[in-house]
Amino acid sequence: MKDIKVLGTGCATCKSTVALIEEVARTKGIAVSLQKVEDIKDIMHYGVMSTPAVVVDGKVVHAGGMPSRDRIEQWLCS
Amino acid sequence: MSALAVRWTQHHPRIFLVLAALLWWGLYQTLQPLSEVVVAALPVDRQSHLGAALQFFLYETPKVLLLLTGIVFVMGVINTYFTPERTRALLAGRREGLANVMAALLGIVTPFCSCSAVPLFIGFLQAGVPLGVTFSFLIAAPMVNEVALTLLFGMLGWKIALLYLGLGLCVAIVAGLIIGKLNMEPYLEDWVRDIPRADIPRAEAQFTAVEVDFGERLAAGFQSVRDIVGKVWPYILAGIAIGAGIHGYVPQDFMASFMGKSAWWSVPLAVVLGVPMYANAAGIIPVVQALLDKGAAVGTVLAFMMSVIALSLPEMVILRKVLKVRLIAAFIGIVATGILIVGYVFNWVL
Repeated sequence: MKDIKVLGTGCATCKSTVALIEEVARTKGIAVSLQKVEDIKDIMHYGVMSTPAVVVDGKVVHAGGMPSRDRIEQWLCS
Repeated sequence: MSALAVRWTQHHPRIFLVLAALLWWGLYQTLQPLSEVVVAALPVDRQSHLGAALQFFLYETPKVLLLLTGIVFVMGVINTYFTPERTRALLAGRREGLANVMAALLGIVTPFCSCSAVPLFIGFLQAGVPLGVTFSFLIAAPMVNEVALTLLFGMLGWKIALLYLGLGLCVAIVAGLIIGKLNMEPYLEDWVRDIPRADIPRAEAQFTAVEVDFGERLAAGFQSVRDIVGKVWPYILAGIAIGAGIHGYVPQDFMASFMGKSAWWSVPLAVVLGVPMYANAAGIIPVVQALLDKGAAVGTVLAFMMSVIALSLPEMVILRKVLKVRLIAAFIGIVATGILIVGYVFNWVL
């Protein structure tokens, strides 16, 4: 199971990023554990500077803005 | 159909750009005659208050939205060349002075949203960007943005847009220099100072290394049009509607008495009023244009705009997580003073 974290302080884009990942996972039928990291200190430990950022299995794969649907599919399927 | 169009633009980005630019220009040219034709077709007298208000609304709305769409698209593409990580690398380790100027300029082209202000702030400091330079960036990035500049250009002309750009940059540069000189590092929150530099993983290298082709940059342009224009159009519409009302119904020189040059207290009042207002910058400019037309002074109005955009209460709340109250107070005091000076200078010169 993929462990996915969305880092963000709670702005609208962060929320839609979580929703989009949930939706892609559901349509692809892939089980994920999706977690939202909102505490700024925790976010900083990933070394990202722009939010929302996405962490897949402990690796930062994206930062700053909504990821595209294609990107999310790549993360889930790889 | 739209999927096909998207794929086509990705494969032939340059042809698409030329076609889109031609179409955009053609549309832009037809707006003025079109709005006159529409108003003439309506059962109102063009010379009446209602006729004037309607013509203003029907011409300004599509004009501003079209301008905004074009410029936001271009900025969305340009933004892909200036990621926050690259900007940080450009500024890291530099001395204050010239770096403040660079930081303010980079603030215009680096994509920035106020919810990223804190991670960006810490990320800059950790990479060795001086505090004052970081502030120059943080002040310029929201204040001198493409939405405000486009609206100023569209509604008040290129001279005022250019003045806003120049003076906004000056405020950001000078405020950053002063904060740097005051040595305010002790007023960062303790946990910010305590994060050891070695502790920060260089995670960003993994995704900035992904090669971006021109088609993807165009896709980023479309995305920012969806994000930004999709968000601000109701404000613009409301602003233009209010502006149209003012144009049609408020008597000439009505504003001169309390927003004119002779009222010295109007500049500080404009700055104070601007602080609690947020995100409505897009809606404020059309109103501002109408106020200017009725005798309000340019400096007062620009000070109000800068205050609305640069000193927002929600952003202060976010920054409070990393700054102690004294540093926030210094930040507000210095930027507000800068804006005041800009307001007075404008009223004096023009």
